[in-house]
Amino acid sequence: MTEIDRNLPENRRLVLPPDVPPGEGRVETVEVRHGLFGAHGSGDTSGYGGLVRPVQLPGAAARPYGGWFDEVADRLERAMPDFGEAVETVVVDRGEITFHVRREHLHPTMQALRDDPSLRFEMCLGVSGVHYPHEDGRELHAVYPLLSITHQRRIRVEVTCPDADPHIPSVVSVYPTNDWHERETWDFFGIVFDGHPALTRIEMPDDWPGHPQRKDYPLGGIPVEYKGAQVAPPDERRSYS
Amino acid sequence: MSTVFTPPADADGADPYAGTRETTEGTVYTVTGQDWEALTQALGEAAEERIVVNMGPQHPSTHGVLRLILELDGETVTECRLGIGYLHTGIEKNIEFRTWTQGVTFVTRMDYLAPLHNETVYCLGVERLLGITEQVPERASVIRVMLMELNRISSHLVALATGALELGALSPMIFGLRERETVLDVLELITGLRMNHSFIRPGGLAQDLPNGAIEQVRELLKLLPKRLQNTKDLLVGNDIWMRRTSGVSYLDLTGCMALGVIGPILRATGLPHDLRKFAPYCGYEGYEFDVMTETTCDAYGRFLIRINEMGESLKIIEQCLDKLSPGPVMVADKKIAWPAQLALGSDGLGNSPDHIRHIMGQSMEALIHHFKLVTEGFRVPAGQVYSAIESPRGELGAHIVSDGGTRPYRVHFRDPSFTNLQSAPAMAEGGMIADVVATISSIDPVMGGVDR
Repeated sequence: MTEIDRNLPENRRLVLPPDVPPGEGRVETVEVRHGLFGAHGSGDTSGYGGLVRPVQLPGAAARPYGGWFDEVADRLERAMPDFGEAVETVVVDRGEITFHVRREHLHPTMQALRDDPSLRFEMCLGVSGVHYPHEDGRELHAVYPLLSITHQRRIRVEVTCPDADPHIPSVVSVYPTNDWHERETWDFFGIVFDGHPALTRIEMPDDWPGHPQRKDYPLGGIPVEYKGAQVAPPDERRSYS
Repeated sequence: MSTVFTPPADADGADPYAGTRETTEGTVYTVTGQDWEALTQALGEAAEERIVVNMGPQHPSTHGVLRLILELDGETVTECRLGIGYLHTGIEKNIEFRTWTQGVTFVTRMDYLAPLHNETVYCLGVERLLGITEQVPERASVIRVMLMELNRISSHLVALATGALELGALSPMIFGLRERETVLDVLELITGLRMNHSFIRPGGLAQDLPNGAIEQVRELLKLLPKRLQNTKDLLVGNDIWMRRTSGVSYLDLTGCMALGVIGPILRATGLPHDLRKFAPYCGYEGYEFDVMTETTCDAYGRFLIRINEMGESLKIIEQCLDKLSPGPVMVADKKIAWPAQLALGSDGLGNSPDHIRHIMGQSMEALIHHFKLVTEGFRVPAGQVYSAIESPRGELGAHIVSDGGTRPYRVHFRDPSFTNLQSAPAMAEGGMIADVVATISSIDPVMGGVDR
C-alpha cells in the first residue's frame, strides 16, 4: 500500500495548474441538437425549429500541455510500456487535465498512477458516471478524479464503454475506496465493474428496475396546482436545447 | 418470572412473527418482542452466541436512516455491514432538469448540516466552467468564507452534541444544541433561513449582508469562546468520556488512504491535510489559522480535532470581519448576475419595490432581461470540472459537466460522509457492540449527504 510522509512541510500546497489556453479550438462533438422551445423541424413558422446546435466538449490537447501536466504525462509514459495503446487522448481544459484511458488498460494505468513514486496519486476520489446517449460506441463514461497529496496534484482519468457492452474493470483492488462509488455508478448508470467484490445496488432498492441517472430514464413527476394554475412536472417544462 | 408474552398464533399454531427456519447454515431463529426466554430455553446450553442484529434504519444513534447489520459473537462485533439509500431523493437527477441557478436550491439539501459548503463547492465549479472565478467580487468571497466557518461551527456542534448524547452524556448535548442555535440565529439573520439557505449563487451571493449582521457576528464571537470552553471542560479529560472514546474505532493513516477518508478522521492520524491550506479557494490563503491534528487515530482524537477546529473557525470569522470592505457581492456581468433584488418591507423580506418599479414601469429591456435570466437562465460553456472544498467532514467534491446549455448536464457530489462511512466496518469489527455507536458518531455521517 502507499506510504505517505506524515511530516510533509506544513505549508505544502496544491501546485496550481498551469495557465493553459483552452485546447486551441479543438472540440469533440458528442451530439447535434435541432430546434428550440420544443419546436423541431419544419411546420414551425417561428424559425426556432431550424436551429442546429452541436454539443461540443473540449477535444484532445497537443504537447506541450504546460506546467507539470507534461511531467505527469512523461512519468506515466515511462511507467507504462504500452502508454500509447492505453491512453486514447489527453484533454486539457480549464486548468484540469484528463487522461482518456481505454478500458482494458484501466487497471494497470491506475496501478501505475498509484504506485510509481514520481506519480503517487494515493487518493482516488470515487467515480462519477456520465451518460452521452448520442456518442455511438462510447455512451457511458466513468470519471475518476485522483489526488496526489505527496506531489500536490490533481488529475482526472476517464474511461468509456458502449451501452451494448457496459463493462469496465473495477479498480477496487487498487483503490478500495471505490467500493461504494462503483456500486453507486452501477446503480445509477448500469455500468458493470468487472472484478468488484460485490456489485449490488446501493442507493436504489435491490429490486429496482432500470438505472435512474441515465438520460433515457424519465425524471417522472405530476402536474402541480399552484394558485389556480397547473405547473407541469419539471421534465415536461419548456427546455432550451 | 412474569408470564411470557405470546404473539397471536396463526391458524396452524405457528407464531407469525417469530419462528425458526432451516437454512444451509443451520437453524435461524427470528426473535421479536419479549420471547427471548423461550428462545434461550429452546437453544439450550450448547448454543453458540452468534447473532445477527439489525441496527437501524430507525435507530436514533444511527444519525438519521443508516442501517447497520451486525454479526455478534457475544458482545464482540465480528462483522459489520452498512445499508444505505433510505434517504435517496434523486437530487443529482433533479438538477439536470433545472437551471444552473436553481441547482443551488437542490445541492444545499444534500449534506443538510453543511448547506453552505454544498452551495459553495457547486458555485465554485459553475464559476470555473463559466471562466469567471477571477471576477467574483472580494466581498462575496469574504462573506462566503465567513458563512462557511459559521457553518463549520454549527456542524461540529451537532457532531459533538449528538455524539455525546449517544454515549450517554446529556449536558454536552444540551450545551451543543444551545450553542448551535446561536450560530443558526446569525445564519438566519444573514440568509433568511436556518438551513437550506440557497444564499450562495453562481457569481456571488443572493444579496449583501443585512443591517446589524456584523454586530450580531461580533456578539457571537464574544459569546462562543466562553460557551465552547464549557463543553470542553465537560468532556476533555473526562474519565467516562475517555473510556468510551479513547482507543476506540481505530483507523490509521494507511487505512485512511486506502479507504479514501479525508477530514477530521485523517487529521486524527497526524497528517495535516486540510484543503483550506492545501488547495485554497475563496481566498483562504489570506487567513491565519492552524490545521488541527492528533496522533491517536481514535474517536477521542477526532473529538479533540472538532473541538479545536471550532476555535480556529472563530479566528477566521474574526479576520473576515476585518477584511469586509464595501463593494458588490455579485459579478458585474449582467448576463450571469441574478437581476432581482430583495428588500425588507413592512411584511418581511420580499422583492425589492425599486426593482419591480424599474422593470414594470421604466424599462422594457430590463423586463426582458429579467424574464430571460429567471426563466431560461444563462448558458455555461461545455466541459467538465471537479471542484473541491473542505467541508466539516472532509473533501466535498463536485464533478460538474455542462453540455453548453442552460441546465447542468450532470452534477455528481463526492460527499465525504458517503466515503467515510465505508470505513465503519474497519473501525468497528473486532470491537464491542457498545463501541459501534462511538464509531458512527466519530465518523459523523450525514445521511442526506450519503444518499443524496
